[in-house]
Amino acid sequence: MERKEKMRKIIKIAGSALVVLVTLWLLQRLLIPKYVDDVVEGAFIAEYYGEEKDFDVIFIGDCEVYENFSPAVLWQEYGINSYIRGSAQQYIWQSYYLLEDTLRYEVPEVLVFNVLSLQYNESQREAYNRMTLEGMEWSLPKVKAILASMKPEEEFLDYVFPILRYHSRWSELTGADVQYLFDKKQVSHNGYYMRVDVKAAGDVPGGRVLGDYNFGEKAWEYLDKMRKLCDEKGIQLVLVKAPSIYPYWYPEWEDQVEEYAAEHGLRYLNFLELREETGIDYDTDTYDGGLHMNLSGAEKLSRYLGRMLSEELGVPDRRGEEALAGRWEAKLAAYEAEKQAQYAYYDMEEP
Amino acid sequence: MLFTSYGFLGFIAIVFVLYYLIPRKCQWGLLLAASYLFYFFAGPEYLPYILVTTVTVYIAALRIGKNEEAQAVYLKAHKADLSREEKKAYKETQKKIRRRWILAAILLNMGILAVVKYTNFAIANVNSLLGALGREGRLSFLDLALPLGISFYTFQAVGYLIDVYRGTVQVERNLFRFALFVSFFPQLVQGPISRFGDLSETLYKEHPFEGRTVSYGLQRMLFGYFKKMVIADRILVGVNAIIGDTGQYAGAYVLVGMLFYALELYADFTGGIDITIGIAETLGIRLTENFERPYSSRSLKEFWRRWHITMGTWFRDYIFYPLSVSRPMQKFTRFSRSHLGETVGKRLPVYLASFTVWFATGIWHGASWNFVVWGLGNWLVLMVSESLEPVYERFHRRFGAGGKCYHLFEVVRTFLLVACLRLFDCYRSVPVTFQMFGSLLSARNWNILWDGSLLALGLSALDYGILALGAVALVSVSLLGRRGSVRDRIARKPYPVRFVVWYGLFLVVLLMGAYGIGYDASQFIYNQF
Repeated sequence: MERKEKMRKIIKIAGSALVVLVTLWLLQRLLIPKYVDDVVEGAFIAEYYGEEKDFDVIFIGDCEVYENFSPAVLWQEYGINSYIRGSAQQYIWQSYYLLEDTLRYEVPEVLVFNVLSLQYNESQREAYNRMTLEGMEWSLPKVKAILASMKPEEEFLDYVFPILRYHSRWSELTGADVQYLFDKKQVSHNGYYMRVDVKAAGDVPGGRVLGDYNFGEKAWEYLDKMRKLCDEKGIQLVLVKAPSIYPYWYPEWEDQVEEYAAEHGLRYLNFLELREETGIDYDTDTYDGGLHMNLSGAEKLSRYLGRMLSEELGVPDRRGEEALAGRWEAKLAAYEAEKQAQYAYYDMEEP
Repeated sequence: MLFTSYGFLGFIAIVFVLYYLIPRKCQWGLLLAASYLFYFFAGPEYLPYILVTTVTVYIAALRIGKNEEAQAVYLKAHKADLSREEKKAYKETQKKIRRRWILAAILLNMGILAVVKYTNFAIANVNSLLGALGREGRLSFLDLALPLGISFYTFQAVGYLIDVYRGTVQVERNLFRFALFVSFFPQLVQGPISRFGDLSETLYKEHPFEGRTVSYGLQRMLFGYFKKMVIADRILVGVNAIIGDTGQYAGAYVLVGMLFYALELYADFTGGIDITIGIAETLGIRLTENFERPYSSRSLKEFWRRWHITMGTWFRDYIFYPLSVSRPMQKFTRFSRSHLGETVGKRLPVYLASFTVWFATGIWHGASWNFVVWGLGNWLVLMVSESLEPVYERFHRRFGAGGKCYHLFEVVRTFLLVACLRLFDCYRSVPVTFQMFGSLLSARNWNILWDGSLLALGLSALDYGILALGAVALVSVSLLGRRGSVRDRIARKPYPVRFVVWYGLFLVVLLMGAYGIGYDASQFIYNQF
């Protein structure tokens, strides 16, 4: 009798715990932003984990990588298997820990890092932290990335249990939150965010005068760490500055990056200075007045960069690998389909 | 460490686990360590203050206790030798010694409280006076940090000392046990102000783990978090909007602000006390209740018997009564009776003692004139009500007032009266309060109550919905509470019902609580006292 009573108690406790855990888990899934319809940038980081990870080139950085380079073109034209681990306003310490995270799965031959984020010495907005960090799978690099990124008002526990952060989102849930409760749709093409529309660059304001043009200590520290880790793993680090004409890229910043690259024997490409070589036309190759490239611009940059990666850095052409080619075939089909869908959406003719 | 912070929740979780894992005789030692750690987290610079209070009151009480004992021994030993007069003289001498100890300790500790809390208030008044007299010089304000919970622990320690002096409690001879009484962390920041005689009964006891006690404690805490996070911190946005712009939010807005503040203060303070009592309960420790459905009071006098009970009884027992029976007051009573007649002469000393208590209550709530005026406003209403009591009684008899409707009228009237007086607390300025109250009396913008203007106070329609439901929940629990413990009633229900109630409440706090980024984590209002 006593045993029976004990058993009943155990079942009661276990059942209650199960109900609590399942409801909390479901609520958390429901409440966390899905980043599939509007701010899709928040979905990019997580998509990497679903890939077969044997990329030769990894891009790491902010919007200046995920909107300006197309891995599809790199594959189509040079057989380069690449992936962009980019996210909105990705800070350099996040880039570094994303590299550490990537190295848990694979060691690429080349790491392309966009230098715009050197301007930040501390995280600017919690929303950007979230878009990068929440997509990462739990690992030591993720923990370190969170600790390096948190603003004073943020709490580590909110990253462990996002329901604590998004608890009040129940009042703004949409159909997408239910639709993508368990499975999200793919929103990027190997990390590339496609936009085919055109908005020519008009008068872009010059940079405002800054009190101090020197990059901060923390930014340098993480660039050094990134370089050293690449050296240690035999990865060729390439620094790039995308041809975005806004935010303004100061000559003083350019000097510091050039000096650093020269000092450490790194390759550095400033696409702002390579307009002729790349063929970028700010009337047709940007979708937001010069901030980011559209598909046309991204494909031009990719062709230029692909040639360099292939000819100068010896990144192999893997189009002959059957399995990989098979995967790319599906990816290119999706790439083409979205391209056509966007042309239709914007009522445009494919150039 | 705010009660609503993750840090605090983690802290109490660790204390809780250790408390029931370690040998029971060490439990109070763990609580002392936890209390000082908690105080250290609040600011290590505050530690000397609480240490000074603890040690000085401990020593003074010990000396008083030893003196009492020595007196008893001496009198017993010389029972036959001493005449009655000699015994009396001896007792008088000893009493003087004890009085010196108690006065020294009270002056020192109340002096510390006065210095840290009221120095800048005094400086501001001196400066105003100098300005009024046309003098140019101004005194500089001092950079004095107010130690966490100083009013609460000072009152608690002084209360103990007076009780020892009166012989109503035994002296605590163990400094560390006494230190725990002063610093017990759940009640350190906002009370209740415990009496040694009550708290020591459970504080130092060995407490085995009891599922029912622990779950009751957790339930009480959960309800406290509901009040604080779902109601108080949500409505705070509206209160701040109204108080923050007196130019825009005048007239009918003052009434709205008044009602909002009444709800906020109730949910904030009673919620905080629920959390405090709940934490103690999970540890097997019983704290004194601080509220008893205050908003169901039918008069201001009754309200003050039900609101912040431990503060009210502290002022009553340690200021009002001693003052009323003090020699100067006795003299004054005789004087007023002989000069002003029996009726007025008898009341005047009571008014004077009450005046002192309400002045002290006001200034205890904050070092500024608005609190003093608030305290004296309460005093005035109470004294007028008391003086007019015979008139009320005649009125009640004549018109047969006493039914449910009249009862409800009295409750609403008392609530509005309390809320009106709290405008001094709300606006933190006496002239502004009068100005805003004036604007309410001459209000012409009553349309704001229904034309959507209230949605511009930072609260959405959804927030109002949550607040309305929250208020209904508070009233329902309060009404149910009149017929016995609500937790007992729920505990008698089948398990699935209990699970749905408590887990549902947890989800409400989790999902509807105003916490995290996007919300300003606000201190409990009474923390600042």
